[in-house]
Amino acid sequence: MRYHSPSTFEDAARIAAAAQGVTRFLAGGTDVLVQLRSGHVLPDDLIDLKKIPGTYDIAQTEDGGWRIGIAVPGAALGAHAGLCKDWPGVVEGMELVGSTQVQGRATLAGNLCNGSPAADSVPGLVAAGATVEITGPEGTRSLPVAEVPVGPGKTALTAGEVISAIVLPPRGDKAGDAYLRFIPRTEMDIAVVGAAVSLRLDGDTIAEARVALGAVAPTVLLVAEAAEAIVGTTLDDSAMDALAAAASAACNPIDDKRGTAAFRIEVAGVMAKRAARIAYDRAKGASA
Amino acid sequence: MSKIHVTTTVNGDEVEFLADPRETLLDCLRDKLGMTGSKEGCGTGDCGACSVTLDGTLVCSCLVLGVEADGKQVGTIEGVAEGGVLHPLQKKFIEHAALQCGFCTPGILVAAKALLEQNPNPTETEVRYWLAGNLCRCTGYDKIVRAVMDAAADLRGEAA
Amino acid sequence: MPKDELKELHLVGTRPDRPDGLDKVTGRARYGADISAPGMLWAAVVRSPHAHARILKIDSTKAEALDGVKAVVTRADFPTGLTGEDWNLQENTMAGEVALYDGHAVAAVAATSALIAQEAARLIEVDYEVLPHVTDVDDAIKPDAPAIRPGAADASVPEGMPPNVVRYIEFGHGDVAAGFDDADLVMEKSYKTEATHQGYIEPHACLGQLGEDGRGEMWVCTQGHWFIRRMCTAVLGIEAAQLRVTPSEIGGGFGGKTTIFMEPLSLALSRKAGGRPVKLVMSRSEVLRATGPTASASMDVKIGMKKDGSITAGRAEFRMQGGAFPDAPVDMALYCAFAGYKMPAVEHIGYDVLANRPKCAAYRAPGSPMGAFAVESLVDEMSRDLGLDPIDVRLKNAVVEGDRASYGPKFGSIGLVECLEAAKAHPNLQAPLGPNQGRGVACGYWFNHGGETSVSMAISEDGTAQVSIGTPDIGGLRASIALMTAETLGIPYEDVRVNVVETGALGVNEPTHGSRATFASGLGAVEAARQAIGEMCKRAANEWGIDAEAVEWVDGAAQPAGPNAGKFPPMTIAEIAGKMGSTGGPISGHHESVPEGVGASFGTHVVDVEVDPETGRTTILRYLVVQDAGRAIHPSYVEGQYQGGAAQGIGWALNEEYVYGEDGRLQNPIFLDYRVPVASDLPMIDTVIVEVPNPGHPYGVRGVGETGITPPLPAIANAIHAATGARMRHLPMTPAKVLAALKA
Ligand SMILES: Cc1cc2nc3c(=O)[nH]c(=O)nc-3n(C[C@H](O)[C@H](O)[C@H](O)COP(=O)(O)OP(=O)(O)OC[C@H]3O[C@@H](n4cnc5c(N)ncnc54)[C@H](O)[C@@H]3O)c2cc1C
Ligand code: FES
Ligand code: FES
Repeated sequence: MRYHSPSTFEDAARIAAAAQGVTRFLAGGTDVLVQLRSGHVLPDDLIDLKKIPGTYDIAQTEDGGWRIGIAVPGAALGAHAGLCKDWPGVVEGMELVGSTQVQGRATLAGNLCNGSPAADSVPGLVAAGATVEITGPEGTRSLPVAEVPVGPGKTALTAGEVISAIVLPPRGDKAGDAYLRFIPRTEMDIAVVGAAVSLRLDGDTIAEARVALGAVAPTVLLVAEAAEAIVGTTLDDSAMDALAAAASAACNPIDDKRGTAAFRIEVAGVMAKRAARIAYDRAKGASA
Repeated sequence: MSKIHVTTTVNGDEVEFLADPRETLLDCLRDKLGMTGSKEGCGTGDCGACSVTLDGTLVCSCLVLGVEADGKQVGTIEGVAEGGVLHPLQKKFIEHAALQCGFCTPGILVAAKALLEQNPNPTETEVRYWLAGNLCRCTGYDKIVRAVMDAAADLRGEAA
Repeated sequence: MPKDELKELHLVGTRPDRPDGLDKVTGRARYGADISAPGMLWAAVVRSPHAHARILKIDSTKAEALDGVKAVVTRADFPTGLTGEDWNLQENTMAGEVALYDGHAVAAVAATSALIAQEAARLIEVDYEVLPHVTDVDDAIKPDAPAIRPGAADASVPEGMPPNVVRYIEFGHGDVAAGFDDADLVMEKSYKTEATHQGYIEPHACLGQLGEDGRGEMWVCTQGHWFIRRMCTAVLGIEAAQLRVTPSEIGGGFGGKTTIFMEPLSLALSRKAGGRPVKLVMSRSEVLRATGPTASASMDVKIGMKKDGSITAGRAEFRMQGGAFPDAPVDMALYCAFAGYKMPAVEHIGYDVLANRPKCAAYRAPGSPMGAFAVESLVDEMSRDLGLDPIDVRLKNAVVEGDRASYGPKFGSIGLVECLEAAKAHPNLQAPLGPNQGRGVACGYWFNHGGETSVSMAISEDGTAQVSIGTPDIGGLRASIALMTAETLGIPYEDVRVNVVETGALGVNEPTHGSRATFASGLGAVEAARQAIGEMCKRAANEWGIDAEAVEWVDGAAQPAGPNAGKFPPMTIAEIAGKMGSTGGPISGHHESVPEGVGASFGTHVVDVEVDPETGRTTILRYLVVQDAGRAIHPSYVEGQYQGGAAQGIGWALNEEYVYGEDGRLQNPIFLDYRVPVASDLPMIDTVIVEVPNPGHPYGVRGVGETGITPPLPAIANAIHAATGARMRHLPMTPAKVLAALKA
């Protein structure tokens, strides 16, 4: 295995594009090293991105959104007051990843690019309408997070392309988001179901909403029907029931060691309801 | 496979070693530097027995490559007692019988120390969630949590 | 020892710092993988990816061509002609003609680095012919199941049984049919438990060295190094005394480190590599795939009960698979199942069934948790149906000293009633419960064990004492042995050093298993100390010119036994030891036995849970362990055993299980998916130590290690029922299962 530590994204992209065998980027390494250890993925070239200047930065963009460096670990997101105030749901999704120790390393970009349908930070990013900035051999482009995963373990990135930043839109007023997952234990499990809700209020009424589900289909789902079920409501009981029904109906899960399909479908509705309640309360001004 | 020369600081001492890029920091600490206090319980980030600090951040050393430690500050269990004086956590672990087999103990002490450095007055729930990545199969965690809370009180200068 | 005498103890029952504490909080203590040797090689093992497959060919040419590879071994490197359990051990260490489970070793390699060894293992090519497999116990016992090892059944199995039944058990007493007729309520239910793993955090590790001359050394993490010696030498066909085995500190075992899995491989590789030492350390997934989890069980239980709660008869039929080898603990499960109850009539039937899974090993009270899950669930269900309090029903039927046990023998002194009374009196039983919350109670039992014991004690020149024991210290043993030795000698706790010594230093010792270490090594240490005291009294008597019988030992000194013996100032242990070189030589004591006076231990657990009605997730709110310790030598470590046992039982009840896919491969061989309880899953675990002294031990000790894992399984099922009305009869009670039961 060759270890590279380029100092620009352009170099990283160039090394990746030129590599012949199995290539991996190294952000926090909490997926890469596990796969290396188990022998599932033995890279020929490993490209460490953490020496690239600026990858640990979290910065406000000109329009009031946020630009997050690709090496920022979960713990640093959680420690950033401004980000937590604007996007508590995105932050809590990432903070659910692994243990305190894993939080010291694991990144949003790694979580996204590893391509697990159960990745905890992804539904929150999708609900938030986040985008990624991609650097490739041909230059840079931008892509909605929702379009990055294309299947379990697969992304829309082409050979040599590397994510160079995660971009969150401006939050705006009277808005809130939340992410909840279901796991059998209290910690240290992979999500059986994950649900993120981002919404904006007009008075007490939901004016806009986005609902995203994880671990219930080959990729993260943005469920328009679930959002429609609560838009125009004050999240009364019938809106909640409609949300749960729409969320459950959108699921296309599998039975596996972590949960049955029937359970995932049922609990997706429950998680969506509970996340919507938290997002709603946050939009009304409850602190995260 | 060519090896890479790594210079790093472990518990304040500068050390050097040659690492195959596939070797983890845990492998390097244990097999190259003879610092076997950090344990491998899983090698996949699930048990916390390998906990160390890297530039002050708590991490699993099994999830860090040895080559990534270049130029960094590593803190291990061997550095928790300073100048032969036990850290209050170490004293309280012995006093409360917070270890049975003791295999999880180094990782838990390193993790608990990191907790108390950033939160001197944690609640029981905060201790339990902070340590959720440190598996202990012997104790049921009861005495571990008590020892951490008691050490925190001690460090705050309060009598338990 | 009578109760009032126990009250005068100075040290036993106190909580001093453990002697090995400092090493273990500083990272200095050396565990299995922590040692290296000059010229050492690293080993890696090639394992079958199939649940059942004939090994057609093993080609190691590419591996051997790799720079740094020094030896490759396969089954061809082991002697032939072994029989019985020795053959089982050899076959499990390294597959012969057929790989019997996913993870079964088929070859091993030693090289100059761990990375080279791993790469070489990947280069060893094995051709398999995949055979039909079966992993579930109920499937494995079907008449048309794939036959795993034809001819493996023992003489107990009647003609015409399904092919994978290798042992059949039947015992009982009384007229069961009449008992059921007599009952006001008869219920029969079926239960199932899945296999779980001990989950010790330290993977198996050893450093083995074996020369051409058949002499060798081994450093190994184990609960019992004489067992390692016997098993390794049997598997390799060398003489037992030629292998010296030194135990490392041990990072947990819970029964799983009482046998061998890969240890002979390091020796075989070493022999082939010209005697260079070989280090072999398992990965976590190797531990889960290829060491010894517990059995999985399928059980039918029938009980007859009168309206007042008295049990009239019981019947248990248990089927267990313990992997592709005989020895699932179905017998133990049956012995323990009704052990807490006076049974006028009882019938037990057991089937030991082979399946394509790893060879099971002991796990904390092997068998007892499964049996308790079935019986204690049914007793709870019947008590509730009859409108009776579950603790009262247990008290009504509880066995006491002198009663005949459900499995035959008469009980000596036991403390079940005392445990039930203490549980009843505990404040946790008064705690109010909210919506979706429920309380469950259950009892558990373990026989405990004596076993071969050899202990030495020597007095040093300054009057301090050193004790050599052969049972590895897995959780504070040194402290307890030092307390008992110091108490007996009448010297300070700090003056005793306890060493866990290698096989060359003592006679055969059984492992730290069967909850025996504090009991048996403790008894040995006390007896050895008493022997030394006798000698010291003699030395004092000689000096005073009086009879040795006229000297007594009080508070660490010899003194005349009474006014008639003469008037001499007490002679302290330090004074006697200081001149022992000139008064007859070294003073020591030694004890060897198979202690008979084992004291069984009962326990009662009470748990409060809350079940999320929308997700089926169970949260443990409160947990109480009450158990009879006989006598708690170091109460902190007794509590620790109670708490640790309860935590393991909670894991077994709620989330832990071996999950096999259709392909027969283990789906969850990492801790992320094999879900042991984490710190945030549990509340504090309250404990009450009941002390009904065991007359068979000088300080009244019973074993305490094992019983505690048993009650949580049924107690939690009973609590979930109380909270939700759903009766869970299949472990683990995962959210998906509970939610399905709630919807049913
Ligand atoms: C104990 C443990 C618990 C875990 N628990 C959870 C959990 O609860 N929820 C969860 O979702 N995940 C969990 N994970 C998985 C993992 O921690 C997360 O997926 C994490 O966010 C990955 O981030 P990383 O920075 O460590 O990624 P890395 O391991 O560095 O990389 C992961 C993948 O992303 C690619 N990659 C990384 N950065 C880029 C980039 N900038 N551009 C393009 N490709 C890139 C890499 O090539 C690699 O394929 C857990 C892992 C462990 C070890
Ligand atoms: S060994 Fe690193 S987390 Fe288990
Ligand atoms: S004390 Fe044994 S694992 Fe914690």
